[in-house]
Amino acid sequence: MEKRLILRGGIAGAVAGLLAFVFARIFAEPQIAKAIDYESGRDAAQEVLDKAAGLTPEAAGPDIFSRTIQANVGIGLGMVFFGIAMGALFAVAYAVCLGRVGKLRPRNLAMLVALGGFLGVYLVPFVKYPANPPAIGHPETIKDRGNLYLVMVVCSVVFLVGAVWLGKRLQARFGNWNATLLAAGAYIVAIGIVMALLPQLGELSANVHEYGHQATETPLPLKDAKGSIVYPGFPADVLFSFRFYSVAAQALLWASLGLVFGPMAERLLDPAMRTAAKPAPNQPEPAGAA
Amino acid sequence: MSSMSAPAALPTPVVLPAAKAVIWLVGTALIALAIYYFIGVDQGAYSVFGKDMHVHEFVHDARHFLGFPCH
Repeated sequence: MEKRLILRGGIAGAVAGLLAFVFARIFAEPQIAKAIDYESGRDAAQEVLDKAAGLTPEAAGPDIFSRTIQANVGIGLGMVFFGIAMGALFAVAYAVCLGRVGKLRPRNLAMLVALGGFLGVYLVPFVKYPANPPAIGHPETIKDRGNLYLVMVVCSVVFLVGAVWLGKRLQARFGNWNATLLAAGAYIVAIGIVMALLPQLGELSANVHEYGHQATETPLPLKDAKGSIVYPGFPADVLFSFRFYSVAAQALLWASLGLVFGPMAERLLDPAMRTAAKPAPNQPEPAGAA
Repeated sequence: MSSMSAPAALPTPVVLPAAKAVIWLVGTALIALAIYYFIGVDQGAYSVFGKDMHVHEFVHDARHFLGFPCH
């Protein structure tokens, strides 16, 4: 049974990843192109400043893949494989949840697990460390930023599992509704503490040293030696659109994962459900059938 | 499982014997996490192929768009 669930999770994930890729190709790529244009213009302006200051500019590394490959094939394979990986994890979580999280139809459980994946893997980490387009992010802090992001992902997923467990524990005493609210509240408090303790990216020591105290790594206006602005800061509209589409793509991915997986799981589990509904030999009375 | 008492009316869910399925579940989770790692993290904060950037550059746009830190 678990093998068949995992296979269906992978299929649903591939479909979801493909949809997310189509969405990304249409909506995200124009924003990514604008961000890269900004970065190129800024680099050119920086080069002029460096020359004026008598510095020799660093030679840029060669492009391994062209923008055409990155924007069509790279993002496509990246999104589809991300979808397959999330579909597989989704199926594992689903298999573990089956029969352990209360009376739920297979379809409804699929949507709830998908919601959990969306929140735990993506949206809650995004609240602290949102997605950034190219041009935002200093190379010298990538290790710190990578670690901090993964800490957020791990905490958010582990706390979510903990919240489900807590809700199950509280359910007998407080009923479904209140137990759910209490568990959700506990999750928010716990993840809120982690968010408050983790540093803002602009406050990483390498960034403070270079740029002073800032909230983020979003490029500020570039100034020359006299302090006049020679190149603007990162365009706010591009940043908003990129982040908005990033959230939308993940919502699309997880929603389609649940919607594709749910009916498949229901077909798979239905005969088994009927068998399970029959009275087991050690039970005094048959369970009521509906 | 201690929470298995008193099965109520339908829909009665199927409880997978997790102990038997554990190899498949853990194996799948590990493979999925490896894919997650290569799409999102490798050749950024960490690198299993040293100073190579092919994986990073290839999935570059997806990495940004899926919310991972990049560069």
